[in-house]
Amino acid sequence: MIGQSPLRIFIAHAMLLLGIVVVAFPIYYTFVASTQTLQTILKPPLPMLPGDQFWNNYGEALFGGVGRMGGVSVGRLLLNTTIMALGIAVGKIFISILSAYAIVFFRFPMRMVFFWLIFITLMLPVEVRILPTYKVMVELGLIDTYAGLIIPLIASATATLLFRQFFMTIPGELLEAARVDGAGPWRFFFDILLPLSRTNIAALFVILFIYGWTQYLWPLLVTNSNDMNTIVIALRKMVSFADADTQWHLVMVTAMLAIVPPILVVVVMQRWFVRGLVESEK
Amino acid sequence: MFPNKILPYLLVAPQLAITLAFFYWPAGQALYQSMLRQDPFGLKSKFVWFANFRKVLADPAYLNSLKVTVVFSLSTAIVAMGVALLLAVMAEKVVRGRGLYRTLLIWPYAVAPAIAGMLWLFLFNPSIGSLAYLLRSLGIAWDPLLNGTQAMILLVSAAAWKQISYNFLFFVAGLQAVPKTLIEAAAIDGAGETKRFWTIVFPLLAPTTFFLLVVNTVYALFDTFGIVHAVTGGGPGKSTETLVYKVYNDGFVNLILGDSAAQSVILMVIVIALTAIQFRYVERRVHYG
Amino acid sequence: MATVDLNEVKKVYPGGVEAVKGVSIAIPDKALCVLVGPSGCGKSTLLRMIAGLETISAGTVAFDGKVVNTIGPTERDIAMVFQNYALYPHMKVYDNMAYGLRNRGTPRDEIDRRVRSTAEMLELSGLLDRRPRELSGGQRQRVAMGRAVVRDPKVFLFDEPLSNLDAKLRGQMRVEIKNLQRSLGVTSVYVTHDQLEAMTLADVLVVMNGGLVEQSGAALDIYERPASTFVASFIGAPPMNLLPLVGGQAGPALGDGTTVGLAPAGAATIGFRPEDADIEFGTDLPSDALVLPASVEAVEPVGAESFLHCQAGGGRIVVRVAGRTRVSVGDRLRVVCVAAKLHWFDQAGRRVG
Repeated sequence: MIGQSPLRIFIAHAMLLLGIVVVAFPIYYTFVASTQTLQTILKPPLPMLPGDQFWNNYGEALFGGVGRMGGVSVGRLLLNTTIMALGIAVGKIFISILSAYAIVFFRFPMRMVFFWLIFITLMLPVEVRILPTYKVMVELGLIDTYAGLIIPLIASATATLLFRQFFMTIPGELLEAARVDGAGPWRFFFDILLPLSRTNIAALFVILFIYGWTQYLWPLLVTNSNDMNTIVIALRKMVSFADADTQWHLVMVTAMLAIVPPILVVVVMQRWFVRGLVESEK
Repeated sequence: MFPNKILPYLLVAPQLAITLAFFYWPAGQALYQSMLRQDPFGLKSKFVWFANFRKVLADPAYLNSLKVTVVFSLSTAIVAMGVALLLAVMAEKVVRGRGLYRTLLIWPYAVAPAIAGMLWLFLFNPSIGSLAYLLRSLGIAWDPLLNGTQAMILLVSAAAWKQISYNFLFFVAGLQAVPKTLIEAAAIDGAGETKRFWTIVFPLLAPTTFFLLVVNTVYALFDTFGIVHAVTGGGPGKSTETLVYKVYNDGFVNLILGDSAAQSVILMVIVIALTAIQFRYVERRVHYG
Repeated sequence: MATVDLNEVKKVYPGGVEAVKGVSIAIPDKALCVLVGPSGCGKSTLLRMIAGLETISAGTVAFDGKVVNTIGPTERDIAMVFQNYALYPHMKVYDNMAYGLRNRGTPRDEIDRRVRSTAEMLELSGLLDRRPRELSGGQRQRVAMGRAVVRDPKVFLFDEPLSNLDAKLRGQMRVEIKNLQRSLGVTSVYVTHDQLEAMTLADVLVVMNGGLVEQSGAALDIYERPASTFVASFIGAPPMNLLPLVGGQAGPALGDGTTVGLAPAGAATIGFRPEDADIEFGTDLPSDALVLPASVEAVEPVGAESFLHCQAGGGRIVVRVAGRTRVSVGDRLRVVCVAAKLHWFDQAGRRVG
């Protein structure tokens, strides 16, 4: 390592701090706004320190009864979003690990055809097939259901590719040893493969949870009724910049509640998340 | 390899069923519909081959949207990557607090693009935004709700802000992979720090940079629908109407099915091209180690 | 307790590659059979067919006279030691050894008893709570052995189990495996590409090449009477010296023109082992011996013996002499080998006489 002059290191710290200010400021600002009265928010500039309305605002948003957001409580929105994010994360991991297992550890006719069929879905994001997919949803009666929010999003070429890549690094001898030891396909899967995939699963879980939580176009399409909205969509519906009636202090509380859970997941599971991200995309 | 004959099919069945029902069937429908045109009453449709495509590609509104998308995607990618690279290089220099910096820089990854857009709009909203207030007190006529360029700047800022964390993590990984001995060799050869960065480090980061360029472009093309929808709704005028937003708007709001389907198919071609580039490049990367 | 009989066993992969082209071997009960050959000779494929990990394209594999072709590895009651050990990385040593027994529904206390006694035998008792990555190469090897032994199977299969160990440890483990196999009395098939390992371990030695058996039998018999030039050059280190014969006017001759009066009819190659040759400075030569003028190109003293690399008979040969030698590079001398120690091979490389 080449020595760095103290000045350069000082500059580096300064730049990083500036970066953190830029990155964290919008979130901090939202938090500050969520602790102010509506009157304070409507008269910029906003104070740079949190106000004294924290308990008031959060209490009102969480327990202030219905009527504010199209008759749906924030709790319900958080529940919807959590179900969707968990459903997508668990569902994607579940079906991807099974497909990858079949593709790597079995030899059967059409194996590569299936692989390519899964792979090509990478090139078909929702955005390029909006209307026909919506029609399928209507015909299957999946509009305004949790199944509708989750199932169409759990096919995953990325997760399948990741598991396939990982499985291919498992030495063939390990499989053979297990077979000699009397393990059939299920035993091998549960006793050997699943425990060895733990880190990969954890990493993928974080990424997919975020993916599910931050979905926008899909819940916008498949939910009509307000009580099936995710918190992101509901937030969008609450905000009207033209409308003087917008309850900004409550909007800010809702925004915080929409942001904090995924941030917590990322920060708490940072180690797996970083590894999963950098490895899965490369 | 297990010798089972039926089991593997059962294992791929769930993924395959979802793929066929929600990916291939709709994509096929989109292709088919892109070649149909409905009569004004929506009663009959006629097969018109590529007429819809010709119509779409000749439509000034579509071409405008194409231009908007290119400007938006490139600006977002460049800003997001530039800031991230700068921060990553700085983070490589410091020893103390590196982990803390990383933790504090990865938050926005977890923020939904639409929410990112709303936060930025809240900051820069002409009537209640504190930063808009600041800009106005500096004498800048700031109103992204009326000024198309300013609306675009706002969208790019929000979209780039959200993507900084992602790029930062990759650049840090890329920088850590640069062999320290190479940098030392360059230092012995008399290259100063700036020169070392541009002649040694940056070229070695090229694969990471290229990869991120593709990923950021895809992100800006698709994932930012939420930002556009939540912040500007394509306006003012059509100054921030991206391709994806237009597909949604024409198909869902204005119900012009043939055109929307044709636009979908064009998008599909773009994604296929980008994915192909990405994977060809990934393959090359394997060869070069 | 089992005999293993292979009868015209073949392996053809989809795509037509024939890895094993018809191999028949009879392994008596309690014997240790070593399959040796260069990589790609089909020895590992053959072992995996015995294990039931590869399907058998043609022919039969029988344990105790019962054909097991269609039976899976579990039901064949075999245990296998793999080249890279294939220990389950997330399981402790104890669980690695117990896994196979658990899958077979062995009662818990029985498993515990067997794991502990096997661990004792292999000096693994102190390691039972460790995970594979906390073990040295030699210890992992022992665990892999333990996993096989604890099962008390009909047949042991070894797939190059020592090739990842350093030379010293390899020699040590070789002896241990031999002793273990003998004391347990379990019929074993052992695959290796190391001829020294093969020679020292085998009750039945099978030399394979190109998917076929070149020669099988007792190790020393094969050493003394190699059936082909392939076997001659594969078994023994340094390998047998082989020099081609050309038909001259005055009878068969070597590349440098030395006539070889002793050659039997049909011989195309003459061979002799480095230790069977001697160097001769004087003039007192046995009458029925091969005598080659040679020039020394290199001398390798290894202490107890020395190897002389010489140019002779139109090729390069190696001669082993005991102890140290006064010979130095550039010396011209004669290499002598008595007729009884000469080997002859025909055009196709098969033994003559």
